Amino acid sequence: MQALSIRGLTKTYANGVQALRGIDLDVAEGDFFALLGPNGAGKTTSIGIVMSLVAKTAGSVSVFGHDIDRELDLAKSCIGLVPQEINFNQFEKTFTIIVNQAGFYGIPRRLAVERSEKYLRQLQLWDKRDAIARSLSGGMKRRLMIARALVHEPRLLILDEPTAGVDIEIRRSMWGFLREINERGTTIILTTHYLEEAESLCRNIAIIDGGRIIENDTMSGVIRKLSQETFVLNFRCATASVPQLPGYVTRLVDDHTIEVEVRKEQGLNDIFTRLSQQGIEVVSMRNKVNRLEELFMRLVERKDAAAAEAG
Amino acid sequence: MRDEHLARIRRIGFQTIVRREYGRIIRIWGQTLVPPAVTATLYFLIFGSLIGRRIGQMGGFDYMQYLAPGLIMMAVISNSYGNVVSSFFGAKFGKHIEELLVAPLPNWLIVLGYVAGGLLRGLLVGAVVLAVTLFFTHVPVEHPFLVAGSVFLTSVVFSLGGFFNAIFAKNFDQISWFPTFVLTPLIYLGGVFYSVSLLPPWAQALSYANPILYMVNAFRHGFLGTSDVDPGFAFLIMGAFAVAMFAIVVALMNRGTGIRE
Repeated sequence: MQALSIRGLTKTYANGVQALRGIDLDVAEGDFFALLGPNGAGKTTSIGIVMSLVAKTAGSVSVFGHDIDRELDLAKSCIGLVPQEINFNQFEKTFTIIVNQAGFYGIPRRLAVERSEKYLRQLQLWDKRDAIARSLSGGMKRRLMIARALVHEPRLLILDEPTAGVDIEIRRSMWGFLREINERGTTIILTTHYLEEAESLCRNIAIIDGGRIIENDTMSGVIRKLSQETFVLNFRCATASVPQLPGYVTRLVDDHTIEVEVRKEQGLNDIFTRLSQQGIEVVSMRNKVNRLEELFMRLVERKDAAAAEAG
Repeated sequence: MRDEHLARIRRIGFQTIVRREYGRIIRIWGQTLVPPAVTATLYFLIFGSLIGRRIGQMGGFDYMQYLAPGLIMMAVISNSYGNVVSSFFGAKFGKHIEELLVAPLPNWLIVLGYVAGGLLRGLLVGAVVLAVTLFFTHVPVEHPFLVAGSVFLTSVVFSLGGFFNAIFAKNFDQISWFPTFVLTPLIYLGGVFYSVSLLPPWAQALSYANPILYMVNAFRHGFLGTSDVDPGFAFLIMGAFAVAMFAIVVALMNRGTGIRE
């Protein structure tokens, strides 16, 4: 069954801005799905329509088979949302926020209290249960919104930039937590600006730009489409000039480091062999930018160039 | 099965909204429950004890007794209105209205939840003012059901009024404009302090166009058995206002006015 199915979704705002231009998207039950795109691409508008925070202009949306035009409440009962902006009452206690949200989804009080404790503990917020929400740090507020979205144990969890402004340690612990709940069967849709996050967590991906889906595939399928990657190589000993690597575009970054552009049909073994023949020992290697980021930039740039040419 | 599932969500969802509103009223008791007690005390001291003695009787009762139902109703009206307008606008302003909008609750239930919160505050404040009243004078209760019915309907009408205001308000100025320039004059000219029979005919005719006159007088009739209007007609007006305003507010919510893009 599809957790989320979107067909021909369009949205034109009252000021004439066309935010969505006919989106088709399927997210299978149990998937960990990335919805990526630059700012203003239409990600938050799409999520807003699914959650009925934004009225659609045309198209259809169904959540686990519940069409939002006919069975909105049943559709909404299946979803937990972690929005991009903080949207809880900052003057309420942390625990109260979670218990109330459970109540809005029909969870009886006693169970709501149990679940609130469970999720506040899992998100390391139990010590802050009596704290007024506005006194929490930025990272705690993000985790509070995740606990709030999970308290009714939704089948579909939508996270809109959940780790924005969160330090790397907490971000990594949140990744582990999200992996766990996905493994337990919750479908997750993630939008993020941290492409490393999307690549690490998600199995399938859609890239949206200018209100259109410009890529929709498995994560590995998308990465394979990357025709060229740039690697940074660090040498053990200093080198005065760029090593000889015919067929490769190379740049000397400093006397211990070079950048090499490697096309899809070329191989890294060949580079290492040639460097070794020149007596150069490589001690470390990394991608210059995240692979998904590189692909993302190329896709968006290609689309912009096409638009400029057409214009 | 589906219907049962949705019915359970709605029942618990409604209870949760009311519980949250009650929690808010109690949490900020210094702003919700204390000021009406202070204001009522001052009214009774100044208008009741000092000036009231010189006024003598009104409608066949001591002025303090005549004044009491009006003061209670004044507190009920302004607090029912104030509770919903500040709570709902605050939720819009702080964006936590989205907690309810994304939940599987229909708009009519969200409106009912907020109205129940307004009703709760109206009744709590009404009880506080009644307690203050009993320090100053004895108030008979001639028709208890009339008292209960009129305070209930009036509180519902003004809770819905507060909701209507909050839907359209874009800033805090816009939630204080209506209470200051419309509601307060209507309350003061709605027979809280006097019987309209004291007014010249043109002013009486004008007063009968003020819906608050019917609410205050139906309530007063419940306590004292005396009124400037027919209580049955007053109930008709209150009921019609409550139904019409509920329908309008729910229609605005369904349209997304002020809450959805």
